[in-house]
Amino acid sequence: MTNSWIVIRTQKSLLSMRIDRRVPWVLLALIIMTLMIMVISIGYGEYPISPLNVIKTILGLSTNNPDYNFVIHTLRLPRVITAFLVGTALAIAGTIMQGLTRNPLAAPEIIGVEAGAGLFAVTIIVLFPSVPVFFLPIAAFTGAFIAAALVYLLAWANGSSPIRLILVGIGVGAIASAFTSVMITFGEISDVSQALVWLAGSVYGRTWEHVQALLPWLILFIPASLLLARELNTLNLGDEIARGLGSRVEWQRGLLLITCVALSGASVAAVGTIGFVGLMAPHLARQLVGNAHEGLVPTSALVGGLIVSFSDLLGRSLFAPIELPCGVVTAAVGAPYFLYLLYRNRNA
Amino acid sequence: MAIITPINSDFTHSEPALTTRKLTLAYDQAIVLNELDLAIPSGKITALVGSNGCGKSTLLRGLARLLKPIKGTVYLDSASIFKLSTKEVAKRLGMLPQSPVAPEGLTVRELVAQGRYPHQGWLQQWSEEDENFTKQALAITNMTELAERPLDSLSGGQRQRAWIAMALAQNTAILLLDEPTTFLDLAYQIEILDLLYDLNQVEGRTIIMVLHDLNQACRYADFVIALRQGQIVAQGIPADVMTEGTVREVFGLESRIVKDPVAGTPMCIPISRRSHPLTSNH
Repeated sequence: MTNSWIVIRTQKSLLSMRIDRRVPWVLLALIIMTLMIMVISIGYGEYPISPLNVIKTILGLSTNNPDYNFVIHTLRLPRVITAFLVGTALAIAGTIMQGLTRNPLAAPEIIGVEAGAGLFAVTIIVLFPSVPVFFLPIAAFTGAFIAAALVYLLAWANGSSPIRLILVGIGVGAIASAFTSVMITFGEISDVSQALVWLAGSVYGRTWEHVQALLPWLILFIPASLLLARELNTLNLGDEIARGLGSRVEWQRGLLLITCVALSGASVAAVGTIGFVGLMAPHLARQLVGNAHEGLVPTSALVGGLIVSFSDLLGRSLFAPIELPCGVVTAAVGAPYFLYLLYRNRNA
Repeated sequence: MAIITPINSDFTHSEPALTTRKLTLAYDQAIVLNELDLAIPSGKITALVGSNGCGKSTLLRGLARLLKPIKGTVYLDSASIFKLSTKEVAKRLGMLPQSPVAPEGLTVRELVAQGRYPHQGWLQQWSEEDENFTKQALAITNMTELAERPLDSLSGGQRQRAWIAMALAQNTAILLLDEPTTFLDLAYQIEILDLLYDLNQVEGRTIIMVLHDLNQACRYADFVIALRQGQIVAQGIPADVMTEGTVREVFGLESRIVKDPVAGTPMCIPISRRSHPLTSNH
């Protein structure tokens, strides 16, 4: 009936779906761009490796240089993959949040996930410096979940409402940030500087263990977000309409919130707070493939992965040999973008 | 307006479409409607009228199971609406709230396709039936040509037609609308009401709507329910309900009821301070 959708139906009408015509091409282009950035990023550094050799080493072909294997597989590849995965997770979390709250300026931050994770991680670093480093992500993830649960419960009054979630989320986030500042103010200077690096969000020194810690969450919740994309379309029309259409609004919203918290919580736990990705990626994706979440969620995920991968490369190369944490780069780009969105929203 | 060919002819029943028994609705303990007994005729247009805050929108939300009653219930074909799954209800009853807002950039086609939600599942996300009903809903509301346009680029009347198209794609025997003509220019108001009238006449859909304008209610509705402070003041065919006494009781307004020169239905002319005829002296 239309040239704006691709419709897929099996012969015995067991299965049917539709997707915006632009989605496959956009996804393909994003994958190619991301792979290019990754190859450049892996090759870049104090020990430069040509793109061809990077590809050869990853594919396991011989390169006549045994060092490549170590540099790429042990030092650089896990970092680049972590950056990409964190980007996809944050972007999906942002897409969910913007869809749920019907607010284009929403991001995972607003339900207190990052502030909660930050508070717990910094508390551990400052108060218990002897605690082993691998415990940090667990603490951060716990903090993220507690903060989100607190926001959800405090915002509950005869059902959850998006606007109350936003307001309570800002409140809880502010309180958590305040306590984080207290920790930073009174902590030992060496601990504090470590805490600040963590807060800035960096993929520096990430190993395969980080990737392994991150993967289970993504394997579980990225498919969940794709399955729930249809529900986001309905919730995006507002509670009244969604209820009228037969959506179990509270149930669906709960599932989507859990998905959002798990994805952003796992990301923050792995790399600290990388801001603005969850805000920017859904917007850019919406401009590429439109509003339908079936296509928007995967597109946004790849845009997010691309943003963080590229930010990390920029952070390493802009002021080399000084390395900027990629959270600083995303903030430097994201903050003006946020202002632009605010401006456009007001003048729409 | 496009000519409507019946999609479904089995919408008409002789029994009431919706019945309420001791329906009590409240917002945060403040009771708006108290123990309301009501039977909405099937296959007819019913208009809910009354002054601001009389509970007519609340009643409509209650009928659409959007508001949970603190007492009593609503029956849809003799089954309590709260015992049925919400998706089951959504296949039989569609609801359009007052001036809904679509997300930025959403196209008309995307919106109308959303009406198919209750008919879809995890595997069946876009069946041929979904496609046909969406196509038909666009055609009936004259929105086919505007299908690829974002909603926020349309006029108020076009936007309202798009929302009605979404409700039509839902393909329900009962359609509830909360003030479908608010904020529209007069020409658009008549266009929307004519469209709803055609839907009722040709397909036998039951239409229940809150209307602000008494004269439009009298012209388009088969059945009128007048409310005041959560109580039914009068109900029945417009000729019976629309009396000077009812208008006084419902709106606290003196009026004269005359015959609508166009439709022959009752028409309410309010009496105000500025009511004496103009004389040549002025």
